[in-house]
Amino acid sequence: MKKLLGLAAVFTLASSLSAFAFEPNNTECIAPANPGGGWDFTCRQVGKTLQDLDLVPGTMQVSNIAGGGGGVAFAEVVGKRNSENNLIVAASSATATRLAQGAFPGNTMDQVRWIGSVGADYGVIAVAKDSPINTLPELMEKIKADPSSVSVAGGSAVGGWDHLKVLIAASKAGVEDVRQVKYVAFDGGGEAVTQLLAGSVQAFTGDASEAKGFVDSGDIKVIAVLAPERLEGDFSSFPTAKEQGIDVIGANWRGFYAPGDMSDEAYAYWVDAVSKVYSSDEWKEIMAQNGLAPLDLQGDEFQAFVKESIDSITDLSKQIGIVK
Amino acid sequence: MDTLASLADGFAVALTWQNLMLALIGCFLGTIIGALPGLGPSNGVAILIPLAFTLGLPATPALILLTSVYYGAMYGGRISSILLNIPGDEPALMTTLDGHPMAKAGKAGEALAISGLASFIGAFFATWGLVFLAPQLVKVALLFGPAEYFALFVLAFATLGGIASRNQAKAALAAVIGLGIATIGVDGQTGVPRFSFGEVHLYDGIDFLVAIVGLFALSEVFIFLEHRAGSGADDKAVKVGRIVPPWKMVRETLPAMGRSTIFGFIAGVLPGAGASLGSFISYTFEKRISDRKGTFGKGDPRGVAAPEAGNNSAAGGALVPMLALGVPGSGTTAVLLAMLLALNITPGPLLFQQNPDVVWGLIAALFIGNIMLLAMNLPLVSLFVRVLLIPTRYLMPAVAMISFVGIYGISGSTFDLVVMVIFGVMGWVLRKLDVPLVPIILGVLLGDQMEKNLRRAMTIHDGDWTMLFNSWLAIGLWAFAIVGFVLPLIVGRYFRPKIADEAIAEGSDPD
Repeated sequence: MKKLLGLAAVFTLASSLSAFAFEPNNTECIAPANPGGGWDFTCRQVGKTLQDLDLVPGTMQVSNIAGGGGGVAFAEVVGKRNSENNLIVAASSATATRLAQGAFPGNTMDQVRWIGSVGADYGVIAVAKDSPINTLPELMEKIKADPSSVSVAGGSAVGGWDHLKVLIAASKAGVEDVRQVKYVAFDGGGEAVTQLLAGSVQAFTGDASEAKGFVDSGDIKVIAVLAPERLEGDFSSFPTAKEQGIDVIGANWRGFYAPGDMSDEAYAYWVDAVSKVYSSDEWKEIMAQNGLAPLDLQGDEFQAFVKESIDSITDLSKQIGIVK
Repeated sequence: MDTLASLADGFAVALTWQNLMLALIGCFLGTIIGALPGLGPSNGVAILIPLAFTLGLPATPALILLTSVYYGAMYGGRISSILLNIPGDEPALMTTLDGHPMAKAGKAGEALAISGLASFIGAFFATWGLVFLAPQLVKVALLFGPAEYFALFVLAFATLGGIASRNQAKAALAAVIGLGIATIGVDGQTGVPRFSFGEVHLYDGIDFLVAIVGLFALSEVFIFLEHRAGSGADDKAVKVGRIVPPWKMVRETLPAMGRSTIFGFIAGVLPGAGASLGSFISYTFEKRISDRKGTFGKGDPRGVAAPEAGNNSAAGGALVPMLALGVPGSGTTAVLLAMLLALNITPGPLLFQQNPDVVWGLIAALFIGNIMLLAMNLPLVSLFVRVLLIPTRYLMPAVAMISFVGIYGISGSTFDLVVMVIFGVMGWVLRKLDVPLVPIILGVLLGDQMEKNLRRAMTIHDGDWTMLFNSWLAIGLWAFAIVGFVLPLIVGRYFRPKIADEAIAEGSDPD
C-alpha cells in the first residue's frame, strides 16, 4: 500500500510538472449499450468524477455503441481503434461472461488491456415476503426435492450472469444436475422482481442494487447475499450465502478495458486515473448511493482477476451445456 | 384530500421561474425531437441527460426538464406522421393511417390541431390518473404474469385486421414478416443466437427505429426518386386548408379521445406493454366501435384523435410502474429511471414517502408542461403545415439526411445504416406490391414481447399449455381476443361489399 501511495505521489508530481509521458486530450469513454444501463452509468459517473478531480482536461465524451451485449463495441475497439490512447470502455461481469461463452465471435480477452475496477454489485437471492422459504439451504432443498416447483427469475438471458449465480449456488449446495434448475429470463431485474411480487415465480436472482427499493419497502425477503462478508448499510441484516454453509460469491464487478495497442505510458496513466477515482471521496459517495461494494483491483491484478473469472465461467458454461 | 394538498406542494416546488423556463425549453426541444424521424423520446431524453448534469441541476429541475422533453416528443411524433407519412417515433405509427390521408385531402391543419388536442386530453387525464391511482394501479400491474401478458398480445394481434381495410391477406403477410424480423437476435430463454449469421451486430435483434425509418422515410425517398428524379418540376398542388378545426369535428372526436385515453393509460401502466400498444389498441378499438361507414384509414379525424390520445395517455401511464415499482414500462422511462438513480433517488414502493417533493414536483411539472405544449402547439400548427409547401425535391434530401444522421446518432454504428437502407428497399418493394407497412412494425414490436411471454409462461409451468388459461384475467383477455377476431368476420359480411366498392372507386394509395 505504501508503495502504491508513493507511486501515486510520483504520478501526481509528474502530472503537475507536465512531464508525464502521456498527455490525455479529447478523452472518450465507450458505453457498449444504449443510454440508461449499467455501462452507460459507469462511463458517465466515472467521466464526471475524472473531470471533478481534474484528471482529464475538459469533459470526457461518452459514446454509446450498443449491440451484441457489448460485442459490437468490443469488435469496434479491436478492429478499428486498437491503438488509441484516449479511449476507455466500460465493462462488467457480463462482458467476462460473454467472452467466456464465445458470444463475441472471434474476440478474446487478450485483445484488449484491462484497466481496473471501480466497485462491485454483489448478487442476492430473494423470495417474496410471504414465502415459506427463509434461508438459502431451504430453497436449495426444495429445488433438490422437486426442481419443477421452483422458478427462479432474473434480469439476464439464459447463460447470463444472473442465471450463472444461481447455478453456482446450486452446485455448491449439492444439486447434482444444475440444468434442472428452472430459470426464467426477463428484460431486466426490475421486471423480474415485479413477477416475484406478482407470484408468477418463486425466487429472484439479481444484483443488490436492483433489489434495494423492494428491500426497503419490505416486499421481498433477501435470503442470501453472495458476498464474502455482510454488506454495509441497509443490507447488513441479511446473511451471506457463506454463513449458511454454501460458499458462493457472485460479484457483478464494474470496470474498464482499453484498446490492445494502447501505449504503456497511456495505460499507466489510465490505471492511475481509475485508481484515483476509486479512492476519491466523491466516488465513495457514488458507491454508497448506488449500492456498490468495494472491489479494488487495478492493472495487472485486475487483468488476472478477469482471466480467472472468465476461466471459471467457461467451466460452468460447459457443465450446463451453453458452451460445447 | 391529502393527495390534493401534496399536489399543491408540488406546484409550489415546480412553479419557479427557473423550472418554468426549463419546462418551456424541454417542451420545445421535445416537440422538435419527436418530429424528426429517427429521433424518438428515448433518444431525446438520453441526449439531454448530459445537459442536465452539466448545468448541475438538482433532482427536481432535472426531472422537469427531461419529462418535458418526454411529453414534448410524444406530442411531436405526430407532426411528421401527418405531414409526411413518416412516423417520428414508434407510438406515432398509428397516426399515419388517418393523419396522412387527411393531409393529402387538404386538411393538414385540422389533423394537426385535432391531434394536438387529443394529445393534450390523453396526457392531461393520464396525469390525473397518476395522481390518484398510482398506488392502486401497481396492483393491476401485479395481476399480469407471463400468461396474461401473452393473452394481451394475442388480443392485440386478433384486432390487427382492424388496421387494414382492404386486403386482409396482405396485412397478415406484413404482420408475419414483422414476426419473422422479431425472431432475429439472441433468444433470452436459451441464450442461443437466431438468424444472426455470426454477425455480432444482429445479436440484439433489429432496432424498431431502424426498421421504421427505413420502411417509411427511406422508401418515401426511393418512391420520389423513381417518379420525379430528373424532371425537376414539382406539380404537387398543395392545399394547406384551415388551421382551426370546426367545432363539429372537435365534438365528434371527443368520445374517441375519451375512450382512447382509458385504453392507452392501462396499456401504459403495464410494464412491457407501453405506448405503442396503447396507441395501437386505441386505434383498432375505436375503429371497431365507431367506424360505421368505413371511413377509417381514409382520413377520419377520429382515426387521428384515438391513437394520439392513446399514446400520450400511455406515456403518463408508463410513469406509474417507473415511479412506484422502479420498473420502466418503455425505453424512455428506462432512461428516466437511470437518471433518477444517478440523482440518488431509488424509485420503488417507498418513493412517494421518501421523496414526496420530487414526485409531486414532477407531477406538477407534467401538468405545466402539458398546458405549455397545448399552448405552444396550436399556434405552431400554421408553421408546421408550411412543411407541405416545401417542394418535394428539397424536402426528400432533407428527409434522407435526417434519417441517416438520426440512426447513426443512436448506435454510432454504420451497420445500422446498411440495415436501414435494406429496409428502405424492402419498403419500396412492398409499397409497389400494395402491402401495408404498419403491420410489419407491429409484428416486430409486439411479436417480440408476445414470444418472450409465451416462453416464460411455458418455462414456469413446465410446458403445460392449459396454464395459459389459468386466471380469470387471462380467460377474459382470450375471450376479448376471440370476439375481436371472429365478430368482424360475421358482421363484416354486411359491410364489406360496400367498403370494397368505395376503395375501388377511390383507387387510393396503398398505405
